[in-house]
Amino acid sequence: MIRFSEDKMVKVQEIIARYPEGKQKSALLPLLHLAQDTFGGWLDVPVMDYVAELLQIDPIEVYEVATFYSMYNLKPVGKYMFEVCQTGPCMLNGADNIVAYITEKLGIKSGETTADGLFTLKTVECLGACGYAPMMQLGKHYREHLTKEKVDAIIEECRNNAAKNN
Amino acid sequence: MGVKLLLEKAHVEGIRTFEVYRREGGYRGVEKVFKTMSPDAVVEEVKKSGLRGRGGAGFPAGMKWSFIAKPEGVPRHLVCNADESEPGTFKDRYLMENLPHLLIEGLIISSFALGSNATYIYIRGEYAWIPDILEHAIAEAKANGFLGKNILGSGFDLEIYVQRGAGAYICGEETALIESLEGKRGNPRIKPPFPAIKGVWERPTVVNNVETLAAVVPIINMGGDEYAKIGVGKSTGTKLISACGNINKPGVYEIDMTISVEDFIYSDEYCGGIANGKRLKACIPGGSSVPILPANLLFKTAKGETRYMNYESLSDGGFATGSMMGSGGFIVLDEDQSVVRNTYTLARFYRHESCGQCSPCREGTGWMEKLLKRLLEGKGKISDIDLLWDIQRKIEGNTICPLGDAAAWPVAAAIRHFRDEFEWYVNNPVESQTRNYGLAHYADEREVIA
Repeated sequence: MIRFSEDKMVKVQEIIARYPEGKQKSALLPLLHLAQDTFGGWLDVPVMDYVAELLQIDPIEVYEVATFYSMYNLKPVGKYMFEVCQTGPCMLNGADNIVAYITEKLGIKSGETTADGLFTLKTVECLGACGYAPMMQLGKHYREHLTKEKVDAIIEECRNNAAKNN
Repeated sequence: MGVKLLLEKAHVEGIRTFEVYRREGGYRGVEKVFKTMSPDAVVEEVKKSGLRGRGGAGFPAGMKWSFIAKPEGVPRHLVCNADESEPGTFKDRYLMENLPHLLIEGLIISSFALGSNATYIYIRGEYAWIPDILEHAIAEAKANGFLGKNILGSGFDLEIYVQRGAGAYICGEETALIESLEGKRGNPRIKPPFPAIKGVWERPTVVNNVETLAAVVPIINMGGDEYAKIGVGKSTGTKLISACGNINKPGVYEIDMTISVEDFIYSDEYCGGIANGKRLKACIPGGSSVPILPANLLFKTAKGETRYMNYESLSDGGFATGSMMGSGGFIVLDEDQSVVRNTYTLARFYRHESCGQCSPCREGTGWMEKLLKRLLEGKGKISDIDLLWDIQRKIEGNTICPLGDAAAWPVAAAIRHFRDEFEWYVNNPVESQTRNYGLAHYADEREVIA
């Protein structure tokens, strides 16, 4: 049963209240973020239907938004998603080498997830960290000035966290 | 050391907090406005300052404010555009992370001027940690009487809300941003009507960039006329430049727009020269969408005059021999870089970010990406270069929003200034797979600075 907890519902109501009465659809993007974070890191159809129900809009209105924005995952992803920027300034500073190194280390290409479900690699377009290139997004935060050694350390850190949380 | 209006306090310990920001003179602008000025007087001050939109278009901010419709009984809104997504641009992030109260103060003053009682900060979704910083600053400002009901006893109410986007460059375009704020796909609207007449929820709306709204604070504190004395010509005040690429000191710098491009690149106060002792090949001076300039047109205009870091000088010569200030995203390429590869990554970016509404952009960006990829793979033909030129011409000016232009300009400028490099990929299909285009013939055309 897909339902937000009571705490999350308080947050939902707080988000909806930011917008004028009758304009609750404006809460769609924030609610999709909340839903993705809450229900396993991706937006399954029943999750999107639930968000539509909360906002009293048609499910199609949710689908068309979820498919438009790149941050919404429409299929399952690994526990740790390495989103490596590959646009101009990062490319100038060796982003291609970082992507190749992660591919070599984890045995996955962009868009793939490791067999243990731990890591997903995704090449993305500019993340607004051009002065700190090459970089990646990991969860809510950026990891910048990447080197092979830093990538190794990040992979290790993720593995340790996963082991700790199991 | 140039004048600092925005970043002067950026390195003060604890400046993120209300207490320290206030101690350093923060919120004086709000007090001045609420105690001594009318909304119209604030608009007038911004007009006098000559402040131009810092998001990229450079439209006079005061003039934009003066367009807002004021129908009886209809709420108005200010929306802060923090959807910073133009490759090369990371200045707004720096402001929001380090000086959140400066932005909040700018928003309060601007909201008062425009009559917005509910103001929204639309921030790119990937900056996922910054909403917490902003919301904390908002809560502090509210707890101290600078936000909420009846601010400073003025009778003016204001709430500021933060909304995260979800990964779409197009949402930096004001009408796409408005659509997104309404919970829709970020498809730009046909203008007119302009947002100032019919914006979010069909209400009069002004959308301004983060840096633009932060700049309102020094304008109010020092007065529009004084602000206008800084800089040169129609490039008044200071501008944040985010410098990146192959330089020794990438980062965010505040300049007063009287510094030459050469000094900006080579002085230790700013970029500190080209990284690893290499030579300069080219530069994209205003974010990925503005025309790339070869080194020989970067320090001097085609007329042989010094080129400065301001709106007029950077665009001197038009697109034939000049570029644009744009967003201030300053991307430097050293001699080892491939302009074709760089152009390909930008073409891929624009294809990925096209919203798909307009055929010239939706189809054209994809074709440009494919042609550039083919050239890079050593499978290109000379006619591909002409086809690329033709496609970009057919995109430019034929789309609802400027994304089409933004996608076309980098390709056009790269071919215009580096056509020989494109041809080299065609003529050297094997060699091009193992090394970038040689630069020997550029060395004769520019002064190599040790």
